[in-house]
Amino acid sequence: MDLHLIPGAAPTDLERAAVDGALGPPDSGWDGGERRPKLDGHIAHGGRDARARRHLLLPALHALQGRAGWISPGALNYICQRLTVPPAEAYGVATFYSMFSIEPRPATVVHVCDDIACRIKGAKELGAEMEKSLGPAGSQAHRGNAPGKSGSAHGKTGGAMWLKSPCLGLCEHAPAVMFQVAGGKPAASGPRAGDATGDWTLAPARTADVLAGITGRRALGRPRGASTPQTRTGAGGADRASAGAAPLRLLRRVGRVDPESLDDYRAHGGYAALRRALALGPEGVIREVTDSKLMGRGGAAFPTGRKWDAVAKQPAHPHYLVCNADESEPGTFKDRVLMEEDPFALVEAMTIAGYAADCARGYIYIRGEYPLALARLANAIEAARTRGLLGDDILGSGFRFDIEIRRGAGAYICGEETALFNSIEGLRGEPRNKPPFPVQVGLFGKPTLINNVETLVNVLDIVVEGGPAFAAIGTAQSSGTKLFCVSGCVAAPGVYEAPFGATLADIVKLAGGVGAGRTLRAVLLGGAAGSFVTPDEMDVPLTFEGTRAIGASLGSGVIMVFDDTVDLQDTVLRIAAFFRDESCGQCVPCRVGTERQEEVLHRLADAAAARDGRRVPAAATEVALLDEIGQAMRDASICGLGQTAAGAAQSAIKKLGLFGGGR
Amino acid sequence: MRRGARLYAVDPRRTTSAQWADVWLGLDVGSDIALANAIGREIIAAGLHNRAFVERATKDFEAYKAGVEKYTLAYAEKETGVPAAAIRELAHAYARADRAQLCWTLGITEHHNAADNVFALINLALLTGHVGRYGSGLNPLRGQNNVQGGGDMGALPNKLPGGVDVENAAERARFEKVYGRPIPPKKGLHLSQMFEAMEHGTMATAYIIGENPVQSEADMTRAIGLMMRLEHIVVQDIFLTKTAEMAHVVLPASASWCEAEGTVTSSERRVQRVRKALEPPGQAKDDIVILCELARRLGHDWGQPTAEQAWDELRGLSSWHRGMSYRRLEDLGGLHWPCPSEDHPGSPFLHDRLWKEPVEGPPAPFVPVEHDPPVDKLTKEFPIRLTTGRRLDSYNTGVQTGGYTSPLRRGESLDLAPEDGARLRVADGERVRVVSRRGAIEAPVRYDTGLRPGLAFMTLHFQDDVATNVLTIDATDPKSGTAEFKATAIRIEKLAAGGGLPHRRRTAVGAAAREA
Amino acid sequence: MSDPQATSGARASEPAGTQPACRARGVVALTPVNVCRVCVVEVEGSRVLVPACSRKVEPKMVVKTDSERVRLSRKMVLEFLASSVDLSCAGAQVKGWMERYRARPERYGPPKAPAAAGERDAAHPGHHEPSHPGAASTVAQLVKLDNDLYVRDYSKCILCYKCVEACGTDAQNTFAIAVAGRGFDARISTEFANPLPDSACVYCGNCIGVCPTGALMFKSEFDLRRAGRWNERKQTVTDTICPYCGVGCTLQLHVQDNRIVKVTSPLDHSVTSGHLCIKGRFGWQFVQNRPEGCKE
Repeated sequence: MDLHLIPGAAPTDLERAAVDGALGPPDSGWDGGERRPKLDGHIAHGGRDARARRHLLLPALHALQGRAGWISPGALNYICQRLTVPPAEAYGVATFYSMFSIEPRPATVVHVCDDIACRIKGAKELGAEMEKSLGPAGSQAHRGNAPGKSGSAHGKTGGAMWLKSPCLGLCEHAPAVMFQVAGGKPAASGPRAGDATGDWTLAPARTADVLAGITGRRALGRPRGASTPQTRTGAGGADRASAGAAPLRLLRRVGRVDPESLDDYRAHGGYAALRRALALGPEGVIREVTDSKLMGRGGAAFPTGRKWDAVAKQPAHPHYLVCNADESEPGTFKDRVLMEEDPFALVEAMTIAGYAADCARGYIYIRGEYPLALARLANAIEAARTRGLLGDDILGSGFRFDIEIRRGAGAYICGEETALFNSIEGLRGEPRNKPPFPVQVGLFGKPTLINNVETLVNVLDIVVEGGPAFAAIGTAQSSGTKLFCVSGCVAAPGVYEAPFGATLADIVKLAGGVGAGRTLRAVLLGGAAGSFVTPDEMDVPLTFEGTRAIGASLGSGVIMVFDDTVDLQDTVLRIAAFFRDESCGQCVPCRVGTERQEEVLHRLADAAAARDGRRVPAAATEVALLDEIGQAMRDASICGLGQTAAGAAQSAIKKLGLFGGGR
Repeated sequence: MRRGARLYAVDPRRTTSAQWADVWLGLDVGSDIALANAIGREIIAAGLHNRAFVERATKDFEAYKAGVEKYTLAYAEKETGVPAAAIRELAHAYARADRAQLCWTLGITEHHNAADNVFALINLALLTGHVGRYGSGLNPLRGQNNVQGGGDMGALPNKLPGGVDVENAAERARFEKVYGRPIPPKKGLHLSQMFEAMEHGTMATAYIIGENPVQSEADMTRAIGLMMRLEHIVVQDIFLTKTAEMAHVVLPASASWCEAEGTVTSSERRVQRVRKALEPPGQAKDDIVILCELARRLGHDWGQPTAEQAWDELRGLSSWHRGMSYRRLEDLGGLHWPCPSEDHPGSPFLHDRLWKEPVEGPPAPFVPVEHDPPVDKLTKEFPIRLTTGRRLDSYNTGVQTGGYTSPLRRGESLDLAPEDGARLRVADGERVRVVSRRGAIEAPVRYDTGLRPGLAFMTLHFQDDVATNVLTIDATDPKSGTAEFKATAIRIEKLAAGGGLPHRRRTAVGAAAREA
Repeated sequence: MSDPQATSGARASEPAGTQPACRARGVVALTPVNVCRVCVVEVEGSRVLVPACSRKVEPKMVVKTDSERVRLSRKMVLEFLASSVDLSCAGAQVKGWMERYRARPERYGPPKAPAAAGERDAAHPGHHEPSHPGAASTVAQLVKLDNDLYVRDYSKCILCYKCVEACGTDAQNTFAIAVAGRGFDARISTEFANPLPDSACVYCGNCIGVCPTGALMFKSEFDLRRAGRWNERKQTVTDTICPYCGVGCTLQLHVQDNRIVKVTSPLDHSVTSGHLCIKGRFGWQFVQNRPEGCKE
């Protein structure tokens, strides 16, 4: 491809090293290496092979951002040369993700979550403290106080800035922050180099710890099992055996196993499932998964066995396996906990899925805000590879399979499966039209099996115990257990596992209920894309069919509890802002609809405030308008983001009577 | 290409197309035959030639095989500079492809052995059977919108309309019957021969329609000198070109593509209609009107035919065009010749006869050719190879494209590899003196990483500013009459501080015409 | 509705006058990107509406093109666009649709002040602060005038992606422009929002050829419009063939007062599907640079 690079923009040595760290050294003078006039003057290789490297764009941008702290024109030029990507397209990709900056900025950027769970747990106060120390959010970016600008190593000028962030997936420890830290050594070559990162998270984020973090002093990590009260005994947890509760399945090892040790994983029953799967054969595995009646846990609740079978039977090859670990739904953190605390389980489950659906390569697409899970998974994959549990001849069976991690870079939309494919391929994370569906035309245009983390981890027990045994758990239509992300105004927020069929009240009770003297005001079920449930709906059984019956959905298992201290209107406005920020911008109903929805909600909130909470006469027109906006987004948007962007606001008005809406 | 086609670009420069290619083979200027013959030899040696096709549809294979025997990969690497492995890869890819095309433009034909270069490529197509089938073939890509049509209409020294040989008496008689006049039975002169005739004093008059030879001919100084010897020059053009300025009579013509009706024939032999959208300025007239008026004054009343009437006369004589009524051309958006009747769909590709069972017509001959490097040799005195070409936004001598403002246009320059610039101590943008065995000009240097050391590039677009053709050589291919624009030996001299020719003011031809 | 051969099933089912905008313009040379969603229809069995421009027809498919849901979504999409984008050059057809669906873009409030120069180009994805309560956000901004051939007025851009596709894989494969940013801040941009002459642009004008709203415009047209001298009723359009290379692209010469005012190319033509290069698109000026006073 004839690339027209940005005139007069050359990479610094540091930027070059960062990119080479992710991509390996260049092949010739034509792709960014040193010009060798004699040889390069007579031969060049390019074409399809060169254009096929585009999928390395995201890892290269990550390496650059992680090292230099921003994407400079010269560095972008270099990436484009290395990967044969036109600069305008690379720029379009870089500006799609919130973790990338195309302006110089300080080496340390503190992302302060001000999303729905954190803002009721002190995020606003934390933001005020940040403003005292670092100025208004985003302010340093405009001052250009940046490491990379002069090409010098960052850190010399140092500095920090802070930004407000959407949900960081640490709701059980709210408030949360993520430190995005540029610097460090260039990583070893290869796309996995993006795994090495100086980024880290802190939750709960006390002001003093955040300020210490800015100066480079990291607070201690969370203890094992800190996010799963059920796995602890004593305060906040329950001694399950003595309580006679159902045994934990998905959380069985969480808090008990050393997440960095393959041996410990094996000592806790790890890799029994893979052995069993290899004995069953691919068709046998699919049969067990089908018999288990396992439904996808990503929100769409599609029968997993049917999906696996469909991919396995596709004549086109290769088949790809993708694990959707882009858990970005506000209020959701269960996949993070699984990946942080039991990463080998996911690696093993993916190996089984790859075996069943005839995939030689699997990708884990993990959200950029999960640096610890990223590190744990990278370690687990490397360990599995070393022991022959990934690679050319797994356990001597002749089965060949390997896993690559791709790190997202701050885009909720990339949790949508086709947007995720585009993101891996080095394109903007915009959803594709369906049909065709991923089982036929998925990643790189090939048949693709995509499941989320929780779905995959369920497969381990299914293979070991058999599908029918799994199907016996839960209800007839919703089999197995479910992880619930309980946050907000409860005594013990965390990930809870319960068989399908438990009621909302059961789970809230498990988490200790609302605080003493407080009354339950509402529960946000399913996350920002879900809807509000009222206190009189607490007996709803948490099954796919049960929630559907009350016009709600289980979504990703978010149970965010609000008591009477919470300004719910503020929560709804934050949700509206979230969708406005996270819309990819591709289709009109979502791009403009999310903007208009937020505008109308603000108008309603302002009017309601002016009238001191009394019903606003003009509100009826605005509420009707909001209704129409919501319906158009639901009906005409390309993907689930736009289709669900109005749910929470609509339910807040209709069920909770907020914004002067009728109840 | 996005659907899987592979592209191999063979070009001394790493052009835009070369950057799209799966492999770019940057051969040295004028080594095309060495490369093509080595590819042919490798295909034969690897047993990849299409034996059935060669036996059925071709002749003289053994002579070709013997002829290419010495063109080993090692020899080709030495002559072309391209690594042997890449030549081998191209040979195998071309031979193994289900369908393959060879496309070329002036890089093949602007050489002293232009026709041999083309034969070398034809030999490859015959060897592999990549000819005469949909998706395969040999494609000379035309540089002008109607260079194909001009030839098809008989504007060649040896042809009558429809590709008829002028020396074929029976065919000539057919034309004479319609034209009502005898036609000279011998072929005429091609352009290079005309200049030779001027030199020998056997040509005294030139009637030049829509061409600017004063600026477009190689070795410009010589060309102008010869034209000055002409007793009478008539120029029919839409502009007062440099050639028109030399003319004794200038006939202002209308722009054929927007001020007149007619047809043009594109590179793929597709005949399409051009239409009148504007009234020509002043007294400018349609070419057909000028020609008929001239005929009338010379004593022949051709009447006042419309473009369609002239076309219908042509259709009566040329079997290629017989089926192409204006009506059909309008309805179908053009037709490819041959189109012998009004129910014929046209012929998107030629030579399918070679695949008929049995083969129709004579077998296609291999024509063995030998590598013969450019005439203008590189020496110590002239160590750099200058090649010429075009840029996207400009066209030939710039008479037309000078008329609009292009953001891409950066004026003429001597493009050099940065390494040469450093070696010669000339900076990017510095004006230098460029000297060939025929003359010297000044031009600013522009560094271009698409060039390797020893290779320089210029265009012919800005002859008023930088008369590149002062440098070029008029070594001409005897078969086609094309000069070797692609290979000039030059040296580059730094200008003494403050010295050199005065910097000439840039005047676009269009602007000059406006002022006229 | 049982024509599996058709590429767009819904097209076959369209009642007259409701074809998707892009089809109505004859844009067959472009891959449908189907992001505008004006052409959504209801397909029985589908939870959501589907875009008629790209959804392939299947046997036994039941398509409703004028249901309540369809009408509402079309109205809303038109309102969303008209309240955020300047549609004044989008053609009479759009006006007709606005009336047909009773779109009332004014109900979103008065428009916010236009963005300052470079403001929209600098938007960072991920977090915004709501501003100007009561007013409707728009994409209004300054016209980008950075060369003699094109004008880019992104106040008129509905982000249909056609220019990006035309610059990219659908025609030119130059990739000078792409969509940058996200959500309501998404915009068509060169790398780092550099001016076109610094970009990869080769001025083929194919983006202008596919722009449905006049956001991309020939400078010649822009200047005449600005001077109040653009008059389509006085123009003739004549098909001819480009005077330059041997490809044989069809040029449509738009002539007003015996002067070419712009050049387009029919998108359904088999040679280059309506796509031209800089010479064909802009290289016609020379015929107008000749003096009237030519003497024999």
